Amino acid sequence: MIFFQSVRMALLSVITNKIRSFLTMLGIIIGVSSVILVVSVGMSFNGQISDQFGDMGTNLLSVNVMGRGVTSSLTYDEVIAYNKIKGVSGVSPTLSGNVTAKHRNNNVDVSLEGVIPAYEHVKDFHVQSGRFVLNIDSQYRQKVAVLGSSTATTLFGSENPVGQDIRLNGETFKIVGLLQSKGTSLMGSNDEKILIPLATAERFLQTKGIQTFEVKTVTEQDIPTVKAMLANSLEQKFKDSSAYDIFDAQEMIKSMEKTNALMSASLAGIAGISLIVGGIGIMNIMIVSVNERTREIGIRKAIGAKKSNILIQFMIESIFLSTLGGLLGIGVGLGLVWIAGKFTPFPIQYAWNMVTISFVFSFVIGVLFGIIPANKAARLRPIYALRTD
Amino acid sequence: MSQEPLIQINHMNHGYMMAGQRMPILQDISMTVNHGEFVAIIGPSGSGKSTLMNMIGCLDLPNSGEYILDGQNVRKTSDNRLAKIRNEKIGFIFQSFNLLPKLSAIENVELPLIYRGLSYRERKKRASQALEQVGLHERMYHRPNQLSGGQQQRVAIARALAGDPPLLLADEPTGALDTHTGKEVMQMIKTLNQQGHTIILITHDLDIADQAKRVIRIQNGVLTEDRRNPE
Repeated sequence: MIFFQSVRMALLSVITNKIRSFLTMLGIIIGVSSVILVVSVGMSFNGQISDQFGDMGTNLLSVNVMGRGVTSSLTYDEVIAYNKIKGVSGVSPTLSGNVTAKHRNNNVDVSLEGVIPAYEHVKDFHVQSGRFVLNIDSQYRQKVAVLGSSTATTLFGSENPVGQDIRLNGETFKIVGLLQSKGTSLMGSNDEKILIPLATAERFLQTKGIQTFEVKTVTEQDIPTVKAMLANSLEQKFKDSSAYDIFDAQEMIKSMEKTNALMSASLAGIAGISLIVGGIGIMNIMIVSVNERTREIGIRKAIGAKKSNILIQFMIESIFLSTLGGLLGIGVGLGLVWIAGKFTPFPIQYAWNMVTISFVFSFVIGVLFGIIPANKAARLRPIYALRTD
Repeated sequence: MSQEPLIQINHMNHGYMMAGQRMPILQDISMTVNHGEFVAIIGPSGSGKSTLMNMIGCLDLPNSGEYILDGQNVRKTSDNRLAKIRNEKIGFIFQSFNLLPKLSAIENVELPLIYRGLSYRERKKRASQALEQVGLHERMYHRPNQLSGGQQQRVAIARALAGDPPLLLADEPTGALDTHTGKEVMQMIKTLNQQGHTIILITHDLDIADQAKRVIRIQNGVLTEDRRNPE
């Protein structure tokens, strides 16, 4: 009964001082919404990183050769020889460049990769129709191409491209296959590319020697040893550790997640501080409210309100302010996350656990920062309170 | 009407410490008020009559002396018990009405019943009865600022009546009203006394005091006169 009445009084007092109540809650609103935004974005980034590197394969090593002096690359045979390292299940050298692809009136600038059949196994990237690049294509430097799904849509629309001709920088290639759709990764779109045989690419792009290749190991556990063997071999060849770079997805995920977690934590910490500042704001306004309503407190006490009645009334008002601020903050925060999702290239995740935590936190702030003012009100002596105007 | 007096004050003393010196306010006050009486306590400002009212109203406790209200010794008790005594034994009528501005008339009248822990229905029933008694049944849902001074004081009287306390304690109830409405309010208080309510009225106005059945004068903290007005 008294509880219900107290809730009603708290509501009345919040409503009659709309602007003041809003400004009081602003600290909590900003605090809660930024916690939710920061944590959601951080989570989404983390998820994205794991997804993408996970997609690339956690038993995959990417090697980039910068070279030293005149030797700036490895030969095809040198790269293929890495297949003999224990634990390696496949090696896929690539040559890359950019071409303008044309079909009828459709033009598109797209990245071109020269690949060998092992690419399919190493990258776990298969055709949805037609066939992949074959050894025989390379031997005869066949002008055949496999299209990424987006590029196929751009050039051919809903038509089936397999079997049709395409012009790459003016040269006619025959499309033999269409890749599965794989989505965008940190390394760019997987679906906006054209694959041709490595030997064809060598001539087409006028390059010789392999500067990038990927090595797939049998299991994840083989990564460290294979990586060491590769490093050892490359070190022997170039005598310079800056001449090559071996990229390990697992290690990368770990370090990026670590950085990200650290950043999220510190940003959330700052947002948490703003919640506490918001709480102090509430305490401040509650003290003002107690002072303003000294007479009301006096009347209530004269009429028979106990200390606990007054205490509860002001505690409820403070909790009401802070949790209402928390709820508004949650709304604003989720809204901001939704808006942020419109601008990120990947789907955003909502930090639902933070929603619960911030609600509880704002409740606790209302309790903690309400105690002092409510206690002040409860301890007012009725004769003093009645004398005050 | 019970045999024992409603109010029994024996040798009450009260004072404040000021600059290391004791400033006496009430000195050896003893008085008895029976059920059904209508007592006016008069005295100039600074005489101690407000302090005496605070003591009678259980808003403050005296430094020494005994105070028995309706059979309960008020001397040594906790704040919560004092609040309970105020709630059940006393109906306050203040000079400046002291209604809560955000609440409607009926909600103001309900307030003491809320603190008593009565159910919603019981509260509404009693509060509307009390408002009917003061003739404001029509204006139950008006806010204090939508009512005239006289009407506000009647709401305050209804609030004092709602809990059906044995004692109505009125502190200059006409002080903030014009002569005409002041008379109306006094008439209402007299009627309440005729209906059996015990009333203690604090005033500095002798004309008002003369309307009571008994007048107690206090000067410099000492009772100097206790007389009955002719009927």
